[in-house]
Amino acid sequence: MRFAVRRTIFYLITAWAAVTINFLIPRLMPGDPVTALMGRMQGRIDSNAEESIRVLFGLDTGASVWQQYVDYWGLLLRGDLGLSFTFFPTPVSEIVQQALPWTIGLVGVATIISFTLGTGIGVAIGWRRGTWADALLPITTFFSAVPYFWLGLIAITVFSVTLGWFPSSGSYDRGLVPTWSWEFVGSVIYYGFLPALTVVLSSIAGWILGMRNMLVTVSSEDYVTVAHAKGLPERRVMVGYAARNAILPQVSNFALSLGFVVGGTLIMEMVFSYQGIGYTLFQAVNTQDYPLMQGCFLVITLAVLGANIIADFVYAALDPRARQEG
Amino acid sequence: MTASTLDVPAPTGTVGEPVLEIENLSVDYGYTDDATHVLRDVSLTLHRGEVLGLAGESGCGKSTLAYAATRLLPPPGLITSGSVHFTGRDGQRTDVLRQSDAELRASRWQDTAIVFQGAMNSLNPVYRIGRQIADGILAHRPGMRRKEAWDQAASLLEMVGINADRLRDFPHQLSGGMRQRVMIAMALALDPQVLIMDEPTTALDVVMQRQIVEEIADLRERLGFSVVFITHDVSLLIEIADRIAIMYAGDIVEDAGAQDVYRRPRHPYSAALLHSFPPLRGERRELTGIPGSPPDMQKMPPGCPFAPRCAHVTDVCRQVRPVLGPTALADRGGREAERSVACHLHDADLEGIDGTLPADLAR
Amino acid sequence: MAQDTTFTEEQAAPERAVEHDVDDPRRAKRFLFLRNGKALTGLGILLFFGILAVVGPWIAPYDPNQVSADLLQPPSWSHWLGTDHTGRDILSQIVVGTRGVLVVGLIAGVSATVLGVIVGVTAGFIGGMGDETLSALSNVFLVIPQLPLIIIIAGQLPTAGGVTVALVIGITGWAWGARVMRAQTLSLRKRDFVEAARANGERTWRLVLAEVLPNLTAIIAAGFVGTVTFAVMSQVTLAFIGITPVSDWNWGTILFWAQNNLALQRGAWWWFVPAGLCIALLGMALTLVNFGIDEFVNPRLRSTGMNARLLRRRRIRPRIGFTPVLRTPPDGRPDVGTTARTTRKERS
Ligand SMILES: Nc1ncnc2c1ncn2[C@@H]1O[C@H](COP(=O)(O)OP(=O)(O)O)[C@@H](O)[C@H]1O
Ligand SMILES: [Mg+2]
Repeated sequence: MRFAVRRTIFYLITAWAAVTINFLIPRLMPGDPVTALMGRMQGRIDSNAEESIRVLFGLDTGASVWQQYVDYWGLLLRGDLGLSFTFFPTPVSEIVQQALPWTIGLVGVATIISFTLGTGIGVAIGWRRGTWADALLPITTFFSAVPYFWLGLIAITVFSVTLGWFPSSGSYDRGLVPTWSWEFVGSVIYYGFLPALTVVLSSIAGWILGMRNMLVTVSSEDYVTVAHAKGLPERRVMVGYAARNAILPQVSNFALSLGFVVGGTLIMEMVFSYQGIGYTLFQAVNTQDYPLMQGCFLVITLAVLGANIIADFVYAALDPRARQEG
Repeated sequence: MTASTLDVPAPTGTVGEPVLEIENLSVDYGYTDDATHVLRDVSLTLHRGEVLGLAGESGCGKSTLAYAATRLLPPPGLITSGSVHFTGRDGQRTDVLRQSDAELRASRWQDTAIVFQGAMNSLNPVYRIGRQIADGILAHRPGMRRKEAWDQAASLLEMVGINADRLRDFPHQLSGGMRQRVMIAMALALDPQVLIMDEPTTALDVVMQRQIVEEIADLRERLGFSVVFITHDVSLLIEIADRIAIMYAGDIVEDAGAQDVYRRPRHPYSAALLHSFPPLRGERRELTGIPGSPPDMQKMPPGCPFAPRCAHVTDVCRQVRPVLGPTALADRGGREAERSVACHLHDADLEGIDGTLPADLAR
Repeated sequence: MAQDTTFTEEQAAPERAVEHDVDDPRRAKRFLFLRNGKALTGLGILLFFGILAVVGPWIAPYDPNQVSADLLQPPSWSHWLGTDHTGRDILSQIVVGTRGVLVVGLIAGVSATVLGVIVGVTAGFIGGMGDETLSALSNVFLVIPQLPLIIIIAGQLPTAGGVTVALVIGITGWAWGARVMRAQTLSLRKRDFVEAARANGERTWRLVLAEVLPNLTAIIAAGFVGTVTFAVMSQVTLAFIGITPVSDWNWGTILFWAQNNLALQRGAWWWFVPAGLCIALLGMALTLVNFGIDEFVNPRLRSTGMNARLLRRRRIRPRIGFTPVLRTPPDGRPDVGTTARTTRKERS
């Protein structure tokens, strides 16, 4: 299982790099905004929390960088990300913990829907090359170029301001108590529908175009012609021979562009004031809540890393060559 | 309905009757007016039980002919005219070019199977080879169970000399020679009457080439199918072919018995081609390449396409395109009368041709 | 593809496989690119925005910051695209903002491409441990979500003006290009002409400049266009969420003001629709140019002669596995070759 070992090492390195970047950013920035803020918070932060923030933001100019780095890791491993300034004195880890499920629910589900649907449509268009289906390409190209958040603005204008079908912000009816009741779950789906739709609409075009091009490329491989020569039914050739191979690069592209897609869709939370990580990050940036910013970034990176690992497993399951030892 | 079908030759119809008749087939690459006309009125007949060799330099249209005749030519290929008649075991004659998609699909692999140029890319990299052999069988035997099809695949593999436990291998786990054998086994799965092989040995080393050629000859003895064997290496054909057709720039320029072509070529191109390969066995002779290169099909000059490279070129060759016809020596009788050649040197009626052939074409 | 290495092969023209590019080599490849309709459309739109970026401030009807009494007016003759909540002219904001968008896109694109080429080509060329390290580095940068990274960097910078943002985008966005570049360099390195140059003892950096880079032009161009697209989107997004100074006009800033002043709720579509369309149009132009490059690099994607109308007229359905057969020969096409040919058997 050299494949698995290699990948594991890669993910460990990436996780380490993400943490290190997070450690370095505040230390490399010119100026010292955190000190100023700490000054304003004087007396309200207990000494323990103050200590964490000092470590997180490198205010301990007395200690060596190495010592700071070790302390930093120590904090992270204890799950201490400092205190949020905005939601003082709530710990960042707690805020992040609350926001993450919403993001995974919204962005995760929408991204999977978008990928699946887009791949299917891409197969259909690529297989019918040179027919009316090609007329869909310009529209798709346009949608792939539209900024995510702008599509969100348009969706709000049309579906909630003008038509009044969906709420324009929030993630559930504030009058309800969050429990596993039908009413509450229904409300979550109702509130999540428009943001999810927008995420799907804005990211699907990329998957469609990618899969279409891969399918066109793969369709001229010899083994597809062999499948035709064997007299297999058209669907079998399309699915089992052409699409089955075209999806391999599509999956590895999925893994690679996940960071990009997630970044874009997080903005959607900001547009819809949806209480996930993206919206939290937005609030943190606007209120200059540095601990919260750092915490959000770390969590987003680790989540994308996790999704990457899953995509890797899927790839290995799909491609026998990747599983090969050595 | 497993291994037994493979060993007993099925009733093959009358030996010597035509099984695949390609008539006036024309093929373009491109759908617009500036398309490349690659094949122009090509005719070729394959007889039952025969091994027909199709030879010529790369790019002369051999693959195009084979794929067009089976309608497997990829875009932008377009068949502009002609017919391809297949005669079944029951004597029924059908025009492949007029079949509907469903009819074509049903007849493929049962009537005509193909082994493609380059076995490296002919196998689906993500399916086990057993599955790839079996799905061809199952597509034509709706009632058959999966297990049966796999069993049959196993006996097919053993027939081409591969251990049956390789069935569960993926293509990347096999060597080049093995993959080519798998392709041959796959092509024979439904006991087809015609097997078209496009450069089946090109990517292999010489030893493996010999093995595969011998194996094909052997299998044909046992199963009695007809073969179109395409190669750019004429010397291979001497080993296996009954008849050889030589192609140049999209035309068949000579069509005759294998030994006749080999010992007594009648077309200057055939003669030149024979001199550019070392014979596998027999006397050694000096190798001479053919000077120049094949014409660009996009702008074919008028007249004989071989004229610019031909040692015996005359004025008429540069203006009039020759067509297949009898040789100048047809009155020798016997096998000579059955040969045809597309060369003005054989046409004494033409101005400037005196009817005496150069010595190397009149043996 | 089978490798033909036999005697005749060396003398005959190299085999052109069915899927190979069979365009006339004499037609320069450059023109092939320019004959591509998609690329041309894209370049046309880019040219339009380019000119707008240069002359924008002079041709804008108003000063984009000049407030007036026409608060939140819909499009009219005096304000073609209406006004915002303080009476500023939106058309002028868009026209003036073009420069900001393009400059950032260009700076970010150039810096990311240069970084990508350096890392990718170096990795591909040196191989071994150096390659492993550099590849791992670019993979790490690929996995880390860029936009959040840019957001927190830009959010912590005291002044995040256009150029700063562009550089941040460039520094975080080189990884994709490096990855592609490395793969291409690896395959180039094994080609004959590079090996030959190596054997002749050419200096490595000369080899890279003279032999390797020219062959990567198309890939570099594609990477550049891709990065510019990403940079434009990132910058507009950052402006929209208010991280970059809201006084720097670009299309994202307009959307920031619109979003924060309830343009949606007030139904002031003229405030946010045109700016978004401009972004989409620019993005589409860049994508089209990239399609052109893709088709240039991968001939299988080319749709030469696949004109749907022509195909329908000739009743051709191009498909893999079922070669179309022409039933009604199109009129006016000379039946090549048959004029000079009569069968010899007929004559004799
Ligand atoms: N897609 C294509 N477009 C235009 N010409 C092509 C195309 N594919 C092949 N050709 C031309 O058709 C000719 C015959 O090719 P092919 O049948 O592959 O030859 P062979 O199998 O004898 O090597 C070649 O000259 C080649 O240039
Ligand atoms: Mg060929």
